[in-house]
Amino acid sequence: MAEALLAIDGLTAGYGQTEILRGISMTVEPGEIVAVLGSNGVGKTTLNKVISGVCGATAGRIVFAGQDITNMAPERIVAAGLIHVPEGRKIFPNMTVRENLELGSYRRAKASRATNLEKVFETFPRLMERTRQAAGTLSGGEQQMLAIGRGLMAEPRLLILDEPSLGLSPLLVEEMFGLVRRINADGLAVMLVEQNVVQSLEVASRAFILENGVFALQGNATDLAASDDLRRAYLGM
Amino acid sequence: MLRSYPPQIVLEAVLNGLLTGAVYALVALGLTLVYGVLHIINFAHGAMLTLAMFAVLMVHLGFGLDPYLAIAPLAALFFLFGYGLQRFVISPASRNDDGAILLVTLGLSIVIENALLAVFRSDTRSLTLDYSFSIVDLGFALLSLPRVIGFGVAILVAGALWAILALTDTGKAIRAVAKEKLGAALVGIDVNHVYAVTFGLGAATIAIAACLLMPSFYVNPRAGNAFVLVAFTVVVLGGMGSIPGALVGGLIIGVVESLCGLYLGDSLGQIGIFLIFILVLLLRPTGLFGARA
Repeated sequence: MAEALLAIDGLTAGYGQTEILRGISMTVEPGEIVAVLGSNGVGKTTLNKVISGVCGATAGRIVFAGQDITNMAPERIVAAGLIHVPEGRKIFPNMTVRENLELGSYRRAKASRATNLEKVFETFPRLMERTRQAAGTLSGGEQQMLAIGRGLMAEPRLLILDEPSLGLSPLLVEEMFGLVRRINADGLAVMLVEQNVVQSLEVASRAFILENGVFALQGNATDLAASDDLRRAYLGM
Repeated sequence: MLRSYPPQIVLEAVLNGLLTGAVYALVALGLTLVYGVLHIINFAHGAMLTLAMFAVLMVHLGFGLDPYLAIAPLAALFFLFGYGLQRFVISPASRNDDGAILLVTLGLSIVIENALLAVFRSDTRSLTLDYSFSIVDLGFALLSLPRVIGFGVAILVAGALWAILALTDTGKAIRAVAKEKLGAALVGIDVNHVYAVTFGLGAATIAIAACLLMPSFYVNPRAGNAFVLVAFTVVVLGGMGSIPGALVGGLIIGVVESLCGLYLGDSLGQIGIFLIFILVLLLRPTGLFGARA
């Protein structure tokens, strides 16, 4: 096996006295889709924020592409090619769709901004119809596309998607998972952080189940989908 | 009680109001920019304007530099001053707690004002320049040359600021941070750097305003406060955080002040400003160009 793209070892983090992550270890290999699953409030978003540097780690190590990025400034982590598309999209509502996308390449891949813009419009034709529209006026699904498109503008080596299906209609959720498959087909590694267990396990090769700040289960996605523990806990079967 | 004036005098008052209003707008621009991005009212704005006015005085007395030629160097100097102030004083001292930032800027204003008082005493000083009392004759109105220049430069600066915010990557980063801090950090924007750049731009506009004011105005250690009080009204009228709002609001306030001065007497000129302030707060709290919260 080649060297892991992302390797997390013994990571702990929290806010003040409250410990949210209590010893997380995981890897993402180049080119694979890894799912991190769990219900609300188990620490999924905190894990993402610590990886991308907007929250501090209290112990443990995060290594990305051979470089120790633990507690590095967010802009340096972006520069290294680890792009986090946050929960709730966090697009710039006051700016146009085009400006949002342009800012995606603020720190990285600025030289190929024009070609990447075309690629994003190819992937999301609906965004091209709305280039001059303020991003805040887009529908929820379009905003999610914009957030992912903005992430792709930086030519990521690893894309972390935090709850991309949250708040979308069932039809759009289906489309979103298809999209994750498509962007991964070009060899882009994706860490998919989701509550939607069934569909995430369908697209991922491996999965980690987060419960109260530790991984309760982990392994091959197809094995996990068949596991009794998981079915009992998340699918009520 | 109201006297009627010939139209020419009213027109002259309106034009003079526009000229003063442009400088109000410039002072308000810095205030509204910092508010729009950092979401704090910079209470040191007035003291920084006073400091800049003394700086104009000193470079004139020390190096014989004309106030208009001092615009570029002083704007650059104050940009660095503002950048450093935010990055190394305000931000660390307040630990990004909004209430604390307010107090830190208030503290800064007291420090600056008293330092100026210690160095320059409370005397009022002014510059005497060959063109201080020059007049521009438009045929239908006579206008003071320094104030006409002030108007032109203030409009140019507002335009330049708009262009920076709309067209450059740094400007886009500033607008991004203003509305979505986390999203900005996750595309690789250094939020603390953007805060400091914004504060620096605010300080630079103040320095330019000081260069435009000094040929026709006086300075003492409290001189800046009068302008910032008016600038607050401008910001509220135009909409908190809005650049076009600051410009239009400044011009309106200038005209209102001038017309009130004409009809009610100079000493009551500012009463109209505060009437507007109260009316805006009552009827349209978001201001002319303000977005709803």
